[in-house]
Amino acid sequence: MEFTSRKLADVVVAAPSGAIDHPNAMKVQQALAPFIEEEAAGRAPLVLDFSAVDYISSMGLRVLMMASKAMRARNVAMGIAGLQPSVAEIFDIARFRLVIDTFPTVRDALAAVSPAAASAYDAASA
Amino acid sequence: MKGVRFWGTRGSLPVALTASAVRAKVIAAVRGAAGRTFATNEDLEAYVDGLGFATSGTFGGHSPCVEVITGGPDYMLCDLGTGVRPFGQSVIARHGATPQTFHVFMSHVHWDHIMGFPFFAPAYRPGNRIFIYGGHETLESALRRQQAPPSFPVDFDALRASIEFIRLEPDRDYDVAGLTVRSMLQEHAGDSYGYRFTASGKTVIYSTDSEHKLDDLSEAQRFVDFFRGADLVVFDAMYSLADSISVKADWGHSSNIVGVDLCRMAGARHLCLFHHEPVHSDEALARVLAETQRYEELARRDGAHALHVSAAYDGMEIAL
Repeated sequence: MEFTSRKLADVVVAAPSGAIDHPNAMKVQQALAPFIEEEAAGRAPLVLDFSAVDYISSMGLRVLMMASKAMRARNVAMGIAGLQPSVAEIFDIARFRLVIDTFPTVRDALAAVSPAAASAYDAASA
Repeated sequence: MKGVRFWGTRGSLPVALTASAVRAKVIAAVRGAAGRTFATNEDLEAYVDGLGFATSGTFGGHSPCVEVITGGPDYMLCDLGTGVRPFGQSVIARHGATPQTFHVFMSHVHWDHIMGFPFFAPAYRPGNRIFIYGGHETLESALRRQQAPPSFPVDFDALRASIEFIRLEPDRDYDVAGLTVRSMLQEHAGDSYGYRFTASGKTVIYSTDSEHKLDDLSEAQRFVDFFRGADLVVFDAMYSLADSISVKADWGHSSNIVGVDLCRMAGARHLCLFHHEPVHSDEALARVLAETQRYEELARRDGAHALHVSAAYDGMEIAL
Protein backbone atom coordinates (compact mmCIF):
# COMPACT_ATOMS: atom_id res chain seq x y z
CA MET A 1 0.00 0.00 0.00
CA GLU A 2 1.27 3.48 -0.94
CA PHE A 3 0.32 6.73 0.77
CA THR A 4 1.06 10.25 -0.49
CA SER A 5 -0.08 13.67 0.65
CA ARG A 6 0.08 17.25 -0.51
CA LYS A 7 -1.23 20.61 0.62
CA LEU A 8 -3.52 22.68 -1.61
CA ALA A 9 -4.05 26.10 -0.03
CA ASP A 10 -5.43 25.28 3.43
CA VAL A 11 -6.43 21.68 2.64
CA VAL A 12 -4.47 18.45 2.99
CA VAL A 13 -5.12 15.98 0.16
CA ALA A 14 -4.01 12.49 1.15
CA ALA A 15 -4.02 9.59 -1.30
CA PRO A 16 -3.73 5.97 -0.20
CA SER A 17 -3.60 3.32 -2.89
CA GLY A 18 -4.19 -0.39 -3.27
CA ALA A 19 -6.19 -2.53 -0.87
CA ILE A 20 -6.99 -1.23 2.60
CA ASP A 21 -7.52 -4.65 4.12
CA HIS A 22 -7.00 -5.64 7.75
CA PRO A 23 -3.15 -5.57 7.70
CA ASN A 24 -3.03 -2.33 5.70
CA ALA A 25 -5.66 -0.58 7.78
CA MET A 26 -3.15 -0.01 10.57
CA LYS A 27 -0.70 1.50 8.06
CA VAL A 28 -3.37 3.92 6.85
CA GLN A 29 -4.22 4.80 10.44
CA GLN A 30 -0.58 5.61 11.13
CA ALA A 31 -0.24 7.56 7.90
CA LEU A 32 -3.34 9.63 8.69
CA ALA A 33 -2.35 10.33 12.28
CA PRO A 34 -0.32 13.47 11.54
CA PHE A 35 -3.34 15.00 9.82
CA ILE A 36 -6.01 14.17 12.36
CA GLU A 37 -4.27 14.36 15.72
CA GLU A 38 -5.08 17.67 17.33
CA GLU A 39 -1.60 18.56 18.46
CA ALA A 40 -0.06 17.73 15.10
CA ALA A 41 -2.47 18.84 12.42
CA GLY A 42 -3.72 22.22 13.35
CA ARG A 43 -7.06 22.73 11.70
CA ALA A 44 -6.48 21.83 8.06
CA PRO A 45 -9.45 20.24 6.30
CA LEU A 46 -8.68 16.79 4.95
CA VAL A 47 -9.64 15.28 1.60
CA LEU A 48 -8.85 11.62 1.01
CA ASP A 49 -8.31 10.85 -2.66
CA PHE A 50 -9.51 7.27 -3.00
CA SER A 51 -9.14 7.01 -6.77
CA ALA A 52 -6.32 4.45 -6.41
CA VAL A 53 -7.96 2.39 -3.65
CA ASP A 54 -9.43 -0.81 -5.07
CA TYR A 55 -10.72 -2.48 -1.88
CA ILE A 56 -11.46 -1.61 1.73
CA SER A 57 -12.32 -4.02 4.56
CA SER A 58 -14.29 -3.43 7.74
CA MET A 59 -11.14 -2.53 9.63
CA GLY A 60 -10.20 -0.01 6.93
CA LEU A 61 -13.65 1.53 7.14
CA ARG A 62 -13.27 1.83 10.90
CA VAL A 63 -10.07 3.82 10.41
CA LEU A 64 -12.01 6.26 8.24
CA MET A 65 -14.77 6.46 10.83
CA MET A 66 -12.31 7.25 13.61
CA ALA A 67 -10.64 9.92 11.46
CA SER A 68 -14.00 11.44 10.61
CA LYS A 69 -15.06 11.51 14.27
CA ALA A 70 -11.80 13.17 15.30
CA MET A 71 -12.12 15.82 12.62
CA ARG A 72 -15.79 16.45 13.39
CA ALA A 73 -15.00 16.85 17.08
CA ARG A 74 -12.75 19.77 16.15
CA ASN A 75 -15.24 21.07 13.60
CA VAL A 76 -12.81 20.51 10.72
CA ALA A 77 -14.12 19.22 7.39
CA MET A 78 -13.16 15.83 6.00
CA GLY A 79 -14.30 14.23 2.75
CA ILE A 80 -13.50 11.22 0.64
CA ALA A 81 -13.31 11.59 -3.12
CA GLY A 82 -13.02 9.50 -6.25
CA LEU A 83 -14.34 6.15 -5.03
CA GLN A 84 -13.85 3.36 -7.54
CA PRO A 85 -17.18 1.62 -8.32
CA SER A 86 -16.36 -1.45 -6.23
CA VAL A 87 -15.28 0.65 -3.25
CA ALA A 88 -18.38 2.81 -3.66
CA GLU A 89 -20.43 -0.40 -3.45
CA ILE A 90 -18.70 -1.33 -0.20
CA PHE A 91 -19.41 2.14 1.21
CA ASP A 92 -23.09 1.68 0.32
CA ILE A 93 -23.29 -1.83 1.79
CA ALA A 94 -21.69 -0.57 5.00
CA ARG A 95 -24.03 2.49 4.99
CA PHE A 96 -20.93 4.67 5.19
CA ARG A 97 -22.24 7.45 3.00
CA LEU A 98 -24.67 8.20 5.83
CA VAL A 99 -21.83 9.06 8.19
CA ILE A 100 -18.96 10.27 5.98
CA ASP A 101 -19.14 12.84 3.17
CA THR A 102 -18.14 11.45 -0.23
CA PHE A 103 -17.59 13.31 -3.47
CA PRO A 104 -17.27 12.20 -7.10
CA THR A 105 -13.87 13.88 -7.55
CA VAL A 106 -11.14 15.56 -5.54
CA ARG A 107 -12.11 18.84 -7.25
CA ASP A 108 -15.68 18.44 -5.98
CA ALA A 109 -14.45 17.74 -2.45
CA LEU A 110 -12.14 20.74 -2.46
CA ALA A 111 -14.91 22.99 -3.73
CA ALA A 112 -17.07 21.84 -0.83
CA VAL A 113 -14.51 22.49 1.89
CA SER A 114 -12.35 25.37 0.57
CA PRO A 115 -12.77 27.59 -2.51
CA ALA A 116 -9.11 28.58 -2.15
CA ALA A 117 -8.02 24.95 -2.32
CA ALA A 118 -10.26 24.36 -5.33
CA SER A 119 -8.62 27.32 -7.08
CA ALA A 120 -5.19 25.98 -6.21
CA TYR A 121 -6.22 22.60 -7.62
CA ASP A 122 -7.40 24.26 -10.86
CA ALA A 123 -4.18 26.21 -11.14
CA ALA A 124 -2.09 23.09 -10.61
CA SER A 125 -4.14 21.19 -13.18
CA ALA A 126 -3.97 23.91 -15.83
CA MET B 1 -23.29 -33.66 14.17
CA LYS B 2 -25.81 -33.49 11.36
CA GLY B 3 -26.68 -29.82 11.09
CA VAL B 4 -28.41 -26.85 12.61
CA ARG B 5 -32.09 -25.92 12.89
CA PHE B 6 -33.14 -22.36 13.68
CA TRP B 7 -36.13 -21.89 16.00
CA GLY B 8 -35.61 -18.20 16.73
CA THR B 9 -33.46 -15.76 14.77
CA ARG B 10 -34.57 -12.27 15.79
CA GLY B 11 -32.48 -10.15 18.11
CA SER B 12 -33.46 -8.08 21.13
CA LEU B 13 -37.22 -8.48 20.87
CA PRO B 14 -39.58 -10.98 19.27
CA VAL B 15 -41.70 -9.55 16.45
CA ALA B 16 -44.62 -10.69 14.31
CA LEU B 17 -45.75 -9.94 10.79
CA THR B 18 -48.47 -7.31 10.69
CA ALA B 19 -51.68 -7.59 8.70
CA SER B 20 -50.48 -4.93 6.29
CA ALA B 21 -47.22 -6.82 5.69
CA VAL B 22 -49.11 -10.04 4.91
CA ARG B 23 -51.46 -8.11 2.62
CA ALA B 24 -48.52 -6.64 0.73
CA LYS B 25 -47.13 -10.13 0.15
CA VAL B 26 -50.48 -11.39 -1.14
CA ILE B 27 -50.88 -8.41 -3.45
CA ALA B 28 -47.38 -8.91 -4.87
CA ALA B 29 -48.05 -12.61 -5.45
CA VAL B 30 -51.43 -12.05 -7.11
CA ARG B 31 -50.09 -9.23 -9.24
CA GLY B 32 -47.21 -11.42 -10.42
CA ALA B 33 -49.63 -14.22 -11.29
CA ALA B 34 -51.80 -12.05 -13.54
CA GLY B 35 -52.27 -13.73 -16.92
CA ARG B 36 -50.51 -16.94 -15.83
CA THR B 37 -52.04 -20.36 -15.63
CA PHE B 38 -50.80 -23.17 -13.41
CA ALA B 39 -51.52 -26.60 -14.83
CA THR B 40 -50.19 -28.46 -11.81
CA ASN B 41 -49.54 -27.86 -8.16
CA GLU B 42 -45.83 -28.09 -8.97
CA ASP B 43 -46.22 -25.20 -11.42
CA LEU B 44 -47.89 -23.15 -8.72
CA GLU B 45 -45.22 -23.98 -6.16
CA ALA B 46 -42.49 -23.12 -8.66
CA TYR B 47 -44.14 -19.75 -9.23
CA VAL B 48 -44.35 -19.07 -5.49
CA ASP B 49 -40.73 -20.11 -4.95
CA GLY B 50 -39.72 -17.74 -7.76
CA LEU B 51 -41.26 -14.77 -5.99
CA GLY B 52 -38.31 -14.44 -3.67
CA PHE B 53 -38.21 -15.26 0.02
CA ALA B 54 -39.26 -11.81 1.19
CA THR B 55 -42.57 -12.26 -0.66
CA SER B 56 -43.16 -15.99 -0.48
CA GLY B 57 -41.92 -16.43 3.10
CA THR B 58 -40.81 -14.57 6.19
CA PHE B 59 -37.70 -14.52 8.33
CA GLY B 60 -39.89 -14.91 11.38
CA GLY B 61 -39.82 -13.19 14.70
CA HIS B 62 -38.85 -15.53 17.52
CA SER B 63 -35.90 -14.48 19.64
CA PRO B 64 -32.71 -16.60 19.62
CA CYS B 65 -32.90 -20.36 19.90
CA VAL B 66 -30.79 -22.62 17.68
CA GLU B 67 -30.73 -26.40 17.69
CA VAL B 68 -27.50 -28.22 16.96
CA ILE B 69 -28.61 -31.56 15.53
CA THR B 70 -26.26 -33.97 17.23
CA GLY B 71 -27.23 -37.14 15.40
CA GLY B 72 -27.54 -38.81 18.81
CA PRO B 73 -30.43 -39.22 21.23
CA ASP B 74 -29.82 -35.98 23.16
CA TYR B 75 -31.00 -32.56 22.08
CA MET B 76 -28.64 -29.62 21.98
CA LEU B 77 -29.61 -25.95 21.90
CA CYS B 78 -28.07 -22.53 21.93
CA ASP B 79 -30.06 -20.00 23.95
CA LEU B 80 -33.59 -20.00 25.30
CA GLY B 81 -35.31 -17.20 23.40
CA THR B 82 -38.94 -17.51 22.39
CA GLY B 83 -37.98 -20.00 19.68
CA VAL B 84 -37.62 -22.63 22.39
CA ARG B 85 -41.42 -22.78 22.74
CA PRO B 86 -42.06 -24.27 19.24
CA PHE B 87 -38.94 -26.40 19.70
CA GLY B 88 -40.46 -27.86 22.86
CA GLN B 89 -43.76 -28.51 21.10
CA SER B 90 -41.97 -30.34 18.30
CA VAL B 91 -40.14 -32.56 20.80
CA ILE B 92 -43.40 -33.47 22.53
CA ALA B 93 -45.05 -34.15 19.17
CA ARG B 94 -42.21 -36.49 18.27
CA HIS B 95 -41.67 -38.31 21.56
CA GLY B 96 -44.85 -37.86 23.57
CA ALA B 97 -44.21 -38.50 27.26
CA THR B 98 -40.94 -40.36 26.74
CA PRO B 99 -38.26 -38.54 28.78
CA GLN B 100 -35.62 -36.65 26.83
CA THR B 101 -32.27 -35.01 27.62
CA PHE B 102 -31.50 -31.44 26.60
CA HIS B 103 -28.15 -29.64 26.64
CA VAL B 104 -28.49 -25.85 26.41
CA PHE B 105 -25.54 -23.51 25.83
CA MET B 106 -26.23 -19.92 26.81
CA SER B 107 -24.55 -16.99 25.10
CA HIS B 108 -25.66 -14.81 27.99
CA VAL B 109 -28.73 -14.10 30.08
CA HIS B 110 -30.16 -10.96 28.54
CA TRP B 111 -33.91 -11.09 28.32
CA ASP B 112 -34.28 -12.00 24.65
CA HIS B 113 -32.10 -15.08 25.20
CA ILE B 114 -33.97 -16.48 28.21
CA MET B 115 -37.58 -15.36 27.77
CA GLY B 116 -38.76 -18.55 26.11
CA PHE B 117 -37.85 -20.87 28.96
CA PRO B 118 -41.05 -20.40 31.04
CA PHE B 119 -42.92 -21.60 27.91
CA PHE B 120 -40.66 -24.61 27.25
CA ALA B 121 -43.18 -27.38 27.90
CA PRO B 122 -40.61 -30.19 28.41
CA ALA B 123 -39.36 -28.30 31.48
CA TYR B 124 -42.68 -29.05 33.17
CA ARG B 125 -42.51 -32.81 32.56
CA PRO B 126 -40.94 -35.09 35.17
CA GLY B 127 -38.32 -37.42 33.74
CA ASN B 128 -36.87 -34.89 31.32
CA ARG B 129 -33.32 -33.77 32.05
CA ILE B 130 -32.12 -30.28 31.17
CA PHE B 131 -28.46 -29.25 31.47
CA ILE B 132 -27.89 -25.52 31.08
CA TYR B 133 -24.30 -24.51 30.39
CA GLY B 134 -22.72 -21.08 30.32
CA GLY B 135 -19.98 -18.83 31.50
CA HIS B 136 -22.08 -16.51 33.65
CA GLU B 137 -22.26 -16.77 37.38
CA THR B 138 -25.83 -15.44 37.15
CA LEU B 139 -27.12 -18.17 34.86
CA GLU B 140 -29.44 -19.82 37.37
CA SER B 141 -30.52 -16.67 39.16
CA ALA B 142 -31.49 -15.00 35.87
CA LEU B 143 -33.74 -17.90 34.90
CA ARG B 144 -35.26 -18.13 38.36
CA ARG B 145 -35.85 -14.39 38.57
CA GLN B 146 -37.91 -14.20 35.37
CA GLN B 147 -40.34 -16.75 36.82
CA ALA B 148 -40.59 -15.04 40.21
CA PRO B 149 -43.57 -12.84 41.14
CA PRO B 150 -44.71 -10.47 39.81
CA SER B 151 -43.13 -11.36 36.45
CA PHE B 152 -44.62 -14.83 35.90
CA PRO B 153 -47.37 -16.93 37.50
CA VAL B 154 -45.44 -20.22 37.68
CA ASP B 155 -42.38 -20.33 39.90
CA PHE B 156 -39.18 -21.94 38.64
CA ASP B 157 -39.47 -24.54 41.42
CA ALA B 158 -42.72 -25.74 39.86
CA LEU B 159 -40.78 -27.09 36.87
CA ARG B 160 -40.80 -30.89 37.20
CA ALA B 161 -37.90 -31.71 34.91
CA SER B 162 -34.45 -32.21 36.39
CA ILE B 163 -32.60 -28.96 35.72
CA GLU B 164 -28.88 -28.57 36.31
CA PHE B 165 -26.69 -25.52 35.73
CA ILE B 166 -23.09 -26.03 34.68
CA ARG B 167 -20.55 -23.23 34.63
CA LEU B 168 -18.06 -23.47 31.78
CA GLU B 169 -14.57 -22.06 31.63
CA PRO B 170 -13.83 -20.34 28.33
CA ASP B 171 -11.10 -21.64 26.02
CA ARG B 172 -11.45 -25.18 27.36
CA ASP B 173 -12.82 -28.24 25.58
CA TYR B 174 -15.77 -30.14 27.05
CA ASP B 175 -17.27 -33.38 25.80
CA VAL B 176 -21.06 -33.13 25.74
CA ALA B 177 -23.42 -35.57 24.02
CA GLY B 178 -20.69 -36.76 21.69
CA LEU B 179 -19.59 -33.25 20.67
CA THR B 180 -16.56 -31.25 21.69
CA VAL B 181 -17.66 -27.84 22.90
CA ARG B 182 -15.47 -24.84 23.56
CA SER B 183 -16.55 -21.32 24.55
CA MET B 184 -14.91 -17.94 24.19
CA LEU B 185 -15.52 -14.63 25.87
CA GLN B 186 -17.09 -11.94 23.68
CA GLU B 187 -17.61 -8.18 23.96
CA HIS B 188 -21.14 -7.43 25.18
CA ALA B 189 -22.69 -5.64 28.14
CA GLY B 190 -22.27 -8.11 31.02
CA ASP B 191 -20.19 -10.38 28.73
CA SER B 192 -21.34 -13.00 26.29
CA TYR B 193 -19.87 -16.31 25.13
CA GLY B 194 -19.50 -17.80 21.68
CA TYR B 195 -19.44 -21.57 21.17
CA ARG B 196 -17.51 -23.89 18.90
CA PHE B 197 -19.12 -27.31 18.40
CA THR B 198 -17.03 -30.03 16.77
CA ALA B 199 -17.84 -33.64 15.92
CA SER B 200 -17.07 -36.06 13.11
CA GLY B 201 -14.80 -33.56 11.42
CA LYS B 202 -17.52 -30.89 11.28
CA THR B 203 -17.50 -27.58 13.13
CA VAL B 204 -20.31 -25.15 13.91
CA ILE B 205 -19.76 -21.74 15.50
CA TYR B 206 -22.48 -19.90 17.40
CA SER B 207 -21.35 -16.31 17.95
CA THR B 208 -24.08 -13.87 18.79
CA ASP B 209 -24.37 -10.69 20.82
CA SER B 210 -20.73 -9.99 20.13
CA GLU B 211 -19.34 -6.58 19.31
CA HIS B 212 -16.17 -6.22 17.26
CA LYS B 213 -14.43 -2.94 17.92
CA LEU B 214 -11.96 -3.42 15.05
CA ASP B 215 -9.32 -1.39 16.87
CA ASP B 216 -7.08 -4.30 17.70
CA LEU B 217 -5.76 -6.83 15.18
CA SER B 218 -4.99 -9.32 17.94
CA GLU B 219 -8.62 -9.27 19.09
CA ALA B 220 -9.77 -9.92 15.52
CA GLN B 221 -7.22 -12.72 15.33
CA ARG B 222 -8.72 -14.30 18.47
CA PHE B 223 -12.02 -14.67 16.63
CA VAL B 224 -10.32 -15.81 13.44
CA ASP B 225 -8.66 -18.59 15.44
CA PHE B 226 -11.97 -19.52 17.06
CA PHE B 227 -13.78 -19.60 13.69
CA ARG B 228 -10.88 -21.39 11.97
CA GLY B 229 -12.02 -23.85 9.29
CA ALA B 230 -15.63 -23.86 10.49
CA ASP B 231 -18.27 -25.43 8.28
CA LEU B 232 -20.85 -22.97 9.55
CA VAL B 233 -20.62 -19.70 11.47
CA VAL B 234 -23.86 -18.35 12.96
CA PHE B 235 -23.01 -14.69 13.39
CA ASP B 236 -24.59 -11.61 14.97
CA ALA B 237 -25.15 -9.27 12.00
CA MET B 238 -27.73 -7.01 13.60
CA TYR B 239 -26.45 -3.64 12.42
CA SER B 240 -24.79 -2.06 9.42
CA LEU B 241 -21.07 -1.55 9.90
CA ALA B 242 -21.53 2.24 10.02
CA ASP B 243 -24.12 1.96 12.78
CA SER B 244 -22.12 -0.57 14.79
CA ILE B 245 -19.09 1.70 15.02
CA SER B 246 -20.87 5.05 15.31
CA VAL B 247 -24.31 5.68 16.80
CA LYS B 248 -24.65 2.09 18.04
CA ALA B 249 -21.09 1.60 19.24
CA ASP B 250 -21.03 -0.17 22.62
CA TRP B 251 -24.51 -1.60 22.02
CA GLY B 252 -22.89 -5.02 21.85
CA HIS B 253 -23.58 -6.16 18.29
CA SER B 254 -21.85 -6.64 15.00
CA SER B 255 -22.42 -6.33 11.27
CA ASN B 256 -22.66 -8.39 8.11
CA ILE B 257 -19.38 -6.99 6.77
CA VAL B 258 -17.38 -7.92 9.85
CA GLY B 259 -18.89 -11.40 9.60
CA VAL B 260 -17.62 -11.80 6.04
CA ASP B 261 -14.17 -10.46 6.91
CA LEU B 262 -13.69 -12.72 9.94
CA CYS B 263 -15.03 -15.81 8.16
CA ARG B 264 -12.82 -15.20 5.14
CA MET B 265 -9.75 -14.79 7.33
CA ALA B 266 -10.69 -17.95 9.20
CA GLY B 267 -11.29 -20.01 6.07
CA ALA B 268 -14.85 -20.74 7.14
CA ARG B 269 -17.22 -22.18 4.54
CA HIS B 270 -20.62 -20.78 5.40
CA LEU B 271 -21.63 -17.55 7.14
CA CYS B 272 -25.20 -17.41 8.39
CA LEU B 273 -26.44 -13.94 9.36
CA PHE B 274 -28.30 -14.06 12.67
CA HIS B 275 -29.82 -11.97 15.48
CA HIS B 276 -31.78 -9.88 13.01
CA GLU B 277 -32.69 -6.31 13.84
CA PRO B 278 -36.35 -6.36 15.02
CA VAL B 279 -37.27 -3.22 13.08
CA HIS B 280 -36.22 -4.80 9.77
CA SER B 281 -38.95 -6.02 7.42
CA ASP B 282 -38.55 -9.16 5.35
CA GLU B 283 -37.60 -6.95 2.40
CA ALA B 284 -34.93 -5.19 4.45
CA LEU B 285 -33.44 -8.50 5.63
CA ALA B 286 -33.46 -9.90 2.08
CA ARG B 287 -31.66 -6.76 0.94
CA VAL B 288 -29.04 -7.14 3.70
CA LEU B 289 -28.47 -10.74 2.59
CA ALA B 290 -28.06 -9.76 -1.07
CA GLU B 291 -25.66 -6.97 -0.13
CA THR B 292 -23.65 -9.29 2.09
CA GLN B 293 -23.33 -11.81 -0.74
CA ARG B 294 -22.15 -8.98 -3.00
CA TYR B 295 -19.62 -7.81 -0.41
CA GLU B 296 -18.31 -11.37 -0.19
CA GLU B 297 -17.72 -11.28 -3.96
CA LEU B 298 -15.90 -7.96 -3.70
CA ALA B 299 -13.80 -9.19 -0.77
CA ARG B 300 -12.85 -12.42 -2.55
CA ARG B 301 -9.42 -11.59 -3.89
CA ASP B 302 -6.40 -13.47 -5.14
CA GLY B 303 -8.38 -16.57 -6.06
CA ALA B 304 -9.59 -17.24 -2.53
CA HIS B 305 -12.38 -19.76 -2.00
CA ALA B 306 -15.99 -18.59 -2.01
CA LEU B 307 -17.72 -18.12 1.32
CA HIS B 308 -21.37 -19.14 1.21
CA VAL B 309 -23.57 -16.51 2.84
CA SER B 310 -27.13 -17.08 4.04
CA ALA B 311 -29.54 -15.37 6.44
CA ALA B 312 -31.20 -17.42 9.16
CA TYR B 313 -34.96 -17.61 9.39
CA ASP B 314 -37.24 -19.35 11.87
CA GLY B 315 -37.58 -22.93 10.66
CA MET B 316 -34.45 -22.92 8.51
CA GLU B 317 -32.30 -26.05 8.54
CA ILE B 318 -28.69 -26.25 7.43
CA ALA B 319 -27.23 -29.70 6.84
CA LEU B 320 -23.53 -30.21 7.40
